[in-house]
Amino acid sequence: MEEVSEMPAGGEGDGGKGLQCFPDPGGTGAQMPFFDHILENVLENVLCFLTSRRDRNAASLVCKSWYRAEAQTRIELFIGNCYAVSPSRAVGRFRRVRSLVLKGKPRFADFNLVPLEWGARLTPWLTAMAPAYTCLEQICLKRVTVADDDLFLLACSFPRFRDLSLICCDGFTTAGLAIIAQNCRYGIHLSIQGISDRFTTAGLYQFESWFSSTRNLRSLDLIENDVEDDEDEAVDWVSMFPPGNTCLESLVFDCVACPVNFEALASLVARSPFLQRLRVNEHISAGHLCQLLARAPQITDLGTGSFAASGDADDAETALESAFHASKSLSCLSGFRGIAAEYLHTIHPVCAHLTSLNFSYALISPQQLTPIITCCPNLETLWVLDSVGDDGLQMVAASCRKLKKLTVFPLEATEDSEGSVSDVGLIAISAGCRKLRSILYFCQRMTNNAVVTMSQNCQELVVFRLCIMGRHRPDHLTGEPMDEGFGAIVKNCKNLTRLAVSGLLTDVAFAYIGKYGKLLRTLSVAFAGNTDLSLRYLLQGCPRLQKLEIRDCPFGDAGLLSGIDHYYNMRFLWMSSCRLSLNGCEEVARALPRMVVEVIKDMPGVENDSVQKLYMYRSLVGPRNDAPTFVNIL
Amino acid sequence: MEGRTDLEYCDNLEATELRLGLPGIDRAAAVSKANKRASGDDCDLKRSPPKAQVVGWPPVRSSYRKNSFQEKRLEAADIAGAGIFVKVSMDGAPYLRKIDLRIYRGYKELREALEDMFKFLPFPSLQCHEILDVEACNESEDAIAYEDKDGDWMLAGDVPWEMFISSCRRLRIMKGSEARGLASSP
Repeated sequence: MEEVSEMPAGGEGDGGKGLQCFPDPGGTGAQMPFFDHILENVLENVLCFLTSRRDRNAASLVCKSWYRAEAQTRIELFIGNCYAVSPSRAVGRFRRVRSLVLKGKPRFADFNLVPLEWGARLTPWLTAMAPAYTCLEQICLKRVTVADDDLFLLACSFPRFRDLSLICCDGFTTAGLAIIAQNCRYGIHLSIQGISDRFTTAGLYQFESWFSSTRNLRSLDLIENDVEDDEDEAVDWVSMFPPGNTCLESLVFDCVACPVNFEALASLVARSPFLQRLRVNEHISAGHLCQLLARAPQITDLGTGSFAASGDADDAETALESAFHASKSLSCLSGFRGIAAEYLHTIHPVCAHLTSLNFSYALISPQQLTPIITCCPNLETLWVLDSVGDDGLQMVAASCRKLKKLTVFPLEATEDSEGSVSDVGLIAISAGCRKLRSILYFCQRMTNNAVVTMSQNCQELVVFRLCIMGRHRPDHLTGEPMDEGFGAIVKNCKNLTRLAVSGLLTDVAFAYIGKYGKLLRTLSVAFAGNTDLSLRYLLQGCPRLQKLEIRDCPFGDAGLLSGIDHYYNMRFLWMSSCRLSLNGCEEVARALPRMVVEVIKDMPGVENDSVQKLYMYRSLVGPRNDAPTFVNIL
Repeated sequence: MEGRTDLEYCDNLEATELRLGLPGIDRAAAVSKANKRASGDDCDLKRSPPKAQVVGWPPVRSSYRKNSFQEKRLEAADIAGAGIFVKVSMDGAPYLRKIDLRIYRGYKELREALEDMFKFLPFPSLQCHEILDVEACNESEDAIAYEDKDGDWMLAGDVPWEMFISSCRRLRIMKGSEARGLASSP
């Protein structure tokens, strides 16, 4: 069980109150005997060493005593679906949490499939945690709506708060950030990734004005963030860091769209002796980057900004060469947001020790990639654009024998783009990178043979995500569906836990997945399958399936109903643009009282029986009370 | 309305059509498969026109990533910045959508995308020329209006596309009668 476990029927999670009464010969019978109290203390001291939440969930199910002890000792709380449990219940059970991870919207919200205002607000969680979690230090939120008032409450409520991580969140403005800046008293590790709304540099400024009153800031990480500023509203937030040496270990702002004050940045870097990670935005030219590197030779993780010359500036080539010569400890490089490939060779001195390289914003040809990649034998993580082509991937395969994670993004993310990588590149990678654990590969042409070959060569694969961008596209050599390829993946890669399928797929593919995907936890399906049999194969075949997201497949009520015995074991099911009807969904809702079955209306006004979007998840609290009008909870 | 009658006629045809094929095969898939084979076999056929964008496909998450390259492809290099995200509301719909204007090449693509996203009918026929002809709008048809930098609401289609996407702040799909009122205002 991946979720926070609850006691079997009869056991209420009351977090320590209402203790089980043991028969007590001499006493009132209302208090726990001394002996049991000692046992529980001992247990707590032992359970402290359990860190994995799955282990903890298992331990909590042994008996009530263990349940209580585990609850007292859990300091990291993971809530995979914010609507699966009520905040008060979670807070009531786990009293000493220091770190919270909370996830909100379903992943398809990233692709515009979930209307704004759907939900997943932070407010009820903060309201419950504020009086209870006095030791809270870290919050990590993913796809949660965070309001300004939430940030205010956050700033005021947790005296030890240090780390705020926001990934793909929305809903707040600079006013909220200003409040955080003014009221947080302790150092903060701030990581904001993929914010989609109204996060501006003015807010960062407010952070820094607070930072000026405390020297404990360890990291400020803004990753994959849409920082939307009108030009005249941009604020010089970098200048607001405190004078004197800082404790800064990580500063990431590669997604911030506005230019920053370079002098202030250079000065900051110079007085941050613990700085390990620095990722600058594209407004930092290559020449400026050299100056930063010169001030921080200890850096291990560098985001290079534009890596291009700035207009009429002097040629930075020589400076870059010597800068990289001096940066002995660099192991992770990213950035390269300009297209100045002429500077690429300057990273040569650090290539031998690089373990992670992100070229996914760089338009690089195979010829430009080759001289670099052949010198990176220790690379474990690589991100590239498909502009490197199959030839480039062949060089990767020849050079990076230790590669564990590969991502190939499309330069042109449309269905009918040319596509520069294909089955050829995939086969090459599989031949050279035998230790591959995770791959995300966008392409336009693929063959079953290539996928089968990868399944045979890379048996350590844990994550296999193949996106053939043209919908319903078959094997481009044989014209057959891609069933055999994906079948081989699930059959041969015995550690596979995450799979994303694409291309022309029939029920056969899903029969394979159901038969062999015994460890599969996450599955993404789009434009695939023939009949409800596909869904039945999945739901009845994959015992570990937790997260199933489906779009535009011909699956109907029969398929949906075939999973009735399994939905309680899953975190959620998402089905959009399939063939579900209201009747079918209502039947599921009737059969499974602990499932929350949300029908998200897509067509305004029209009342008919078809269900455009279904999102259902198990929950301990029943239907949420904050659903908007376009969500119908059955 | 000849167009609509034809459509209904075609729908009835499909309902009674006899086809050979495995049961349950998605009709769209079969059709697109057939189309692919046809164009693959005959090299002289013109390349089929690009498909209308499907919402959220391909699944590339980061708007920044998706559009920083669209921008580099654009001939008119005057427009700086990453994707242009605007909220789209539709009268009567209780929800908003957000779209990126950069991914569309013109008004026609934008209209097709909105049509697909909101699935509302009726909509001006795709045989119309690219610029929306306000006078020809039927009373029951919807129109696309946008709010520009100055806060004024205007009908989309009057200005060149590049100018439009650089000044558009929000979009609204409004009822035909209201749209005509907008068009006739000075």
